[in-house]
Amino acid sequence: MATIQPIAGENEQHPDVALVERVRAGDVAAYDTLVRKYERQIFRIAQHITQNREDAEDVMQDAFVKAFEKLDQFQGNSKFYTWLVRIAVNESLMRLRKRRTGRLVSMDDEILTEEGSVPRDFADWAPNPEQNYNRAELAEILKKTIQGLPPGFRVVFVLRDVDGLSTEETAETLGLSIPAVKSRLLRARLQLRERLSRYFKRKPAAKATPAKRS
Amino acid sequence: MTCTEFLAMLDDVIDESIASQTRSEIETHLRKCGHCEVVLNTTRQTIEIYRCHEIYELPTSVSERLHAAIRVRCKKVR
Repeated sequence: MATIQPIAGENEQHPDVALVERVRAGDVAAYDTLVRKYERQIFRIAQHITQNREDAEDVMQDAFVKAFEKLDQFQGNSKFYTWLVRIAVNESLMRLRKRRTGRLVSMDDEILTEEGSVPRDFADWAPNPEQNYNRAELAEILKKTIQGLPPGFRVVFVLRDVDGLSTEETAETLGLSIPAVKSRLLRARLQLRERLSRYFKRKPAAKATPAKRS
Repeated sequence: MTCTEFLAMLDDVIDESIASQTRSEIETHLRKCGHCEVVLNTTRQTIEIYRCHEIYELPTSVSERLHAAIRVRCKKVR
């Protein structure tokens, strides 16, 4: 899986900044490099929010084109990636809004659920539990489980734990406060854990079957 | 330390941003509380599983359409 490059040191320029400057100077091929670097992550985020492949594809295209058009507004005081994700999140929410016939959709939707935030299942998991399922089964379990979370939890979890953004970057990207990101992350992690326990917990040892009488 | 107090610090424990004084209190609690130990370990596994398994692979055809669209739409802009 693609990973995000670590933030460059204070005096070190992030490689994206050089690419952005080349694009601004008219080098469209440099933009292609940026697209290739982040297309997987943007597609993933769009999928997680829209939960629809066609929408995710459209969102990804629109987000990259919009970022290209607005490149002059990119200040360089945040990472290019977090700036791009913010555009993709907004495009995804607009797409959802269209699908839901204009109803306002935000990252706060359905946020009141507390189900699963307090641990109830204390069974330990089997060692390497994912190995008990084939690739397709596992993908289905992981997809179904995360789709059950409210969108605002899902996106925070994906940005923080899958993409590896910091709490501050996640807050900036989603326009949330740092305490809001922290609270959602904790609840998202606990809810996912609780739901995955149904599949991954250690099975009780099978009772010995009594020998048949002859 | 109570289980509720531990739970409130779960993210900091997972993200390893705990002061050393608190860390020893947490370790003491975990030695006594099997439930919290399971919650910690399985939450770590939850994160690891999602990190290691891509559930929304980008299909090659979608990537190709994206690059074709970028070439057309971005040339028009500049």
